[in-house]
Amino acid sequence: MLHQVLFIIFGVVCVAGALNLLLQRHPINSALSLIVVMGALALLFLLLGAEFVAAVQVIVYAGAVMVLFVFVIMLLNAGVEEHTRGSRVAIFLGIPGLIAFFIFMCWAIGSNGSALGQARIGSFYVPTQELGIALFREFLLPFEVTSVLILIAIMGAVVLARRER
Amino acid sequence: MVPLSWYLTLGAILFAIGVAAFLVKRNIITIFMSIELMLNAVNLTFVAFANHWHQVSGQVFVFFVMVVAAAEAAVGLAIIIAVFRTRETLNVDQVNLLKL
Amino acid sequence: MNPSPNFNLWLIPILPLIGSAINGIFGKRFARSLVATVALVFSGAAFGYALWVTAQFSSLPQASIPHIERLFVWIQAGNFSVDYGFYLDQLSLVMLLVVTGVGFVIHIYSVGYMAEEGGYYRFFSYLNLFLFFMLTLVLAHSYLLMFVGWEGVGLASYLLIGFFFLKQSAAQAGKKAFITNRVGDFAFLLGMFLLIRQFGTLDYDKVFRGIAPMPVEHSLGFLTITALLMMFGACGKSAQIPLYVWLPDAMEGPTPVSALIHAATMVTAGVYMIARSNSLFMHAPIAMGVVAVIGALTAIFAASIGLVQNDIKRVLAYSTVSQLGYMFLACGVAAFSAGIFHLMTHAFFKALLFLAAGSVIHGLGGEQDMRHMGGLRKLIPWTFWTMTVATFAISGFPPLSGFFSKDEILWKAFSDAQHGSWILWLVGLITAGMTSFYMFRLWFMTFFGERRQPLHDAHQEPTGAVHAPGAAPADVGHQSGVAHSTAAPGHSAHGGGHVHESPWIMLGPLVVLAIGAFVMGWVGIPQALGGHNNFDQFLSPVFHTSSEPARAVENFPAEPQKTENAGEERGLELTLAGTSVGVAVLGFLLAWQFYYRRPELPQRIAASMSGAYRTLINKYWVDEAYYAALINPIVDGSRTVLWRGVDVGVIDALVNGAGTTSKEASGVTRRMQSGSIRSYAGWVALGAACVVAFMIYAGTR
Repeated sequence: MLHQVLFIIFGVVCVAGALNLLLQRHPINSALSLIVVMGALALLFLLLGAEFVAAVQVIVYAGAVMVLFVFVIMLLNAGVEEHTRGSRVAIFLGIPGLIAFFIFMCWAIGSNGSALGQARIGSFYVPTQELGIALFREFLLPFEVTSVLILIAIMGAVVLARRER
Repeated sequence: MVPLSWYLTLGAILFAIGVAAFLVKRNIITIFMSIELMLNAVNLTFVAFANHWHQVSGQVFVFFVMVVAAAEAAVGLAIIIAVFRTRETLNVDQVNLLKL
Repeated sequence: MNPSPNFNLWLIPILPLIGSAINGIFGKRFARSLVATVALVFSGAAFGYALWVTAQFSSLPQASIPHIERLFVWIQAGNFSVDYGFYLDQLSLVMLLVVTGVGFVIHIYSVGYMAEEGGYYRFFSYLNLFLFFMLTLVLAHSYLLMFVGWEGVGLASYLLIGFFFLKQSAAQAGKKAFITNRVGDFAFLLGMFLLIRQFGTLDYDKVFRGIAPMPVEHSLGFLTITALLMMFGACGKSAQIPLYVWLPDAMEGPTPVSALIHAATMVTAGVYMIARSNSLFMHAPIAMGVVAVIGALTAIFAASIGLVQNDIKRVLAYSTVSQLGYMFLACGVAAFSAGIFHLMTHAFFKALLFLAAGSVIHGLGGEQDMRHMGGLRKLIPWTFWTMTVATFAISGFPPLSGFFSKDEILWKAFSDAQHGSWILWLVGLITAGMTSFYMFRLWFMTFFGERRQPLHDAHQEPTGAVHAPGAAPADVGHQSGVAHSTAAPGHSAHGGGHVHESPWIMLGPLVVLAIGAFVMGWVGIPQALGGHNNFDQFLSPVFHTSSEPARAVENFPAEPQKTENAGEERGLELTLAGTSVGVAVLGFLLAWQFYYRRPELPQRIAASMSGAYRTLINKYWVDEAYYAALINPIVDGSRTVLWRGVDVGVIDALVNGAGTTSKEASGVTRRMQSGSIRSYAGWVALGAACVVAFMIYAGTR
């Protein structure tokens, strides 16, 4: 019961934040609503028993990546979006495609929903230790690769954002 | 006692809103943020399935998604800055020199 | 089958071919004398070789005639095979001698006649080429090889008629000849196909052996259809009704060409073919009747047109058509040897007539209109006397050759029990009278009286000749008998007023042909007149052994009941001969009256019978009828349907359409690359939806 209530609350928050991102005209508002979404998602992760992921979501995603976004918005002094002529393809192909995609997903989920069963709070609770063991045993190679990836990303970001002389 | 399909539906809704924002918005930073939104929706789906199948690899995968998203955000924003320097605009419709 | 010695018959056609090739390839750089030498050497060599073969032939035993030489297998297709081989019997020997002999004489003449023309080497190359094809035709041992020669002489004729190709009318005439011949060739081909279907081969000996046991058809059976088709092909080549229209226009070519091709040799190919296929025709009496009727009709029809023509060469052209009609008539009444006899004598006197006319034209500096001639008797005596011989020969005065050959035909037309008819004889007789009349008309107008100089405003004279009606978009033209003083190209350089005799190189052939025209008939003097008809006996193995039904022949003293009415027949023959001589004399007298004594008479008669006169001078409007009925519809149909409709509308549209369609399709597809990020996003969203749908679909199966 509690699970359902919590889920609904946080789910509504997520959706509201996402819609706000869509509907706001100023990018800073969109960024802030995205942060709200991420926070609500972290709570949902907790409900699903993923504590470490929830923490990382807040710390890294909301705390670092979104901060980076906010910094760039302020750096570039991005203003309110002006209205320009859009792309007809995006509207006439993309939106129907999107709607079709959504309907497919709902149908897939709905038709197999009963097979998926229920999610209970606490039915599967992953302690950080377990996650760490999995991360450094089975997923060691991807881990190392991602560290190289981050290094490259750092270098790339530095080079790309450098002011030309 | 929430059916798993609810989580998946929520993920689908978030993803759809992310795609819609991608298609509709004009500011390039907002478009990037919608990408992040999509990634988050995927993360939710991963964690939900990890819970369903009692496997930890789902969450590990989320971990990696976040790392990649962070790297991508960093580089992408750097590119945006570079583009902004030359084009003086953040409107994606005006970055259309590759038009045939 | 053939133990006789090898004569290397292939040499006879090859020699002129070599001459043609040498002149054709290198002649442009040769001096004129060298070109002429090459041409004369090779055609003379062919003639000499033909004479040698003749000498050898007489020593061949009877069993090895026909003498066949096969060189190699030319076509092999399943069961059907054709060899490249040669066939020598009495008939082909006669044709061989005529072709090479007259051909060689005309070559000599041409050296003088064409001496000032352009394209000298081309002329002799074509002339030799013609000899090659004609000899292939005559010596071939299968219908297919004959057809090769048949087509080849048509080609040579086209090349030579259009020799002055810069002149529009000459080019049109060449085309007309070729196309008209083609129509006949189509029928010939169909006939050959039928033969292949029936006998599986086209070799003469095998076909004739296959025909011999077949019964005589009295209905429209296979043999009759084949014979009719081949006859139609012969009509094309030998200028009979309905395909004669090309021959008068062919006079655009140089006069030696008219003499060789359109008098002596090529046009006789049709007659030769019918004579060669005599066993086929003897088994199809209906076809033979058609041949006879067409021959008679053509003879009288062409003679009637020739009565009023004013161009000297046109008169001779219509005369040729008419005489060919006589040959067809002869074949049609099963008098094949008489037809070949007339062919031989006709070759001499008609070639002589043409060459002499050429000499007249040459002497007058290009004048061809007889109304501008006259009084040339004393000025060009040699030409005059040789032409006189030819005129008397063609009119059928004894003892010249024309009398014997023509009379043989008329006698057989009257008397043959199975195929003859007095109607045919009467038509032939009337034609003989008309022939005599127009030939003497030509003689008188050209050589007697006072010289009628052409007026400078000759265009306004009531010439009576009508050009092509209206603005018909005709590509194949035709001419009536009008020639102004600049008619024959190149000759006007002589200057109009000075008439001179031709050089000896032109007169020599005239004399030779005149002698031939005089004496050649003496090989065929019938028994009724005291001879032995050697010619008919010579050819009898060809025309008797290969045909089954026997025909009444007075030369073979066979059954005893013949001897009683042999005397009666003899009297009848003499009577008929006398009749034809009388008709010829009547023609002479009429021409004398009209064109010598009272020259104003013709115009008065023409004015009073203006309808008939106009019909004749317009050649019965046959050309116009052909235009309206056949040529214009075809040309218009080609232009609107085939050209605009199919070629431009369908084929070009397809090709252009392919290009345009790709351009447009790519124009549409190009839009995808818009440079706009959002549209890319749209495409990606759509693609993602498709991928998801597919995966769901694949997953649920």
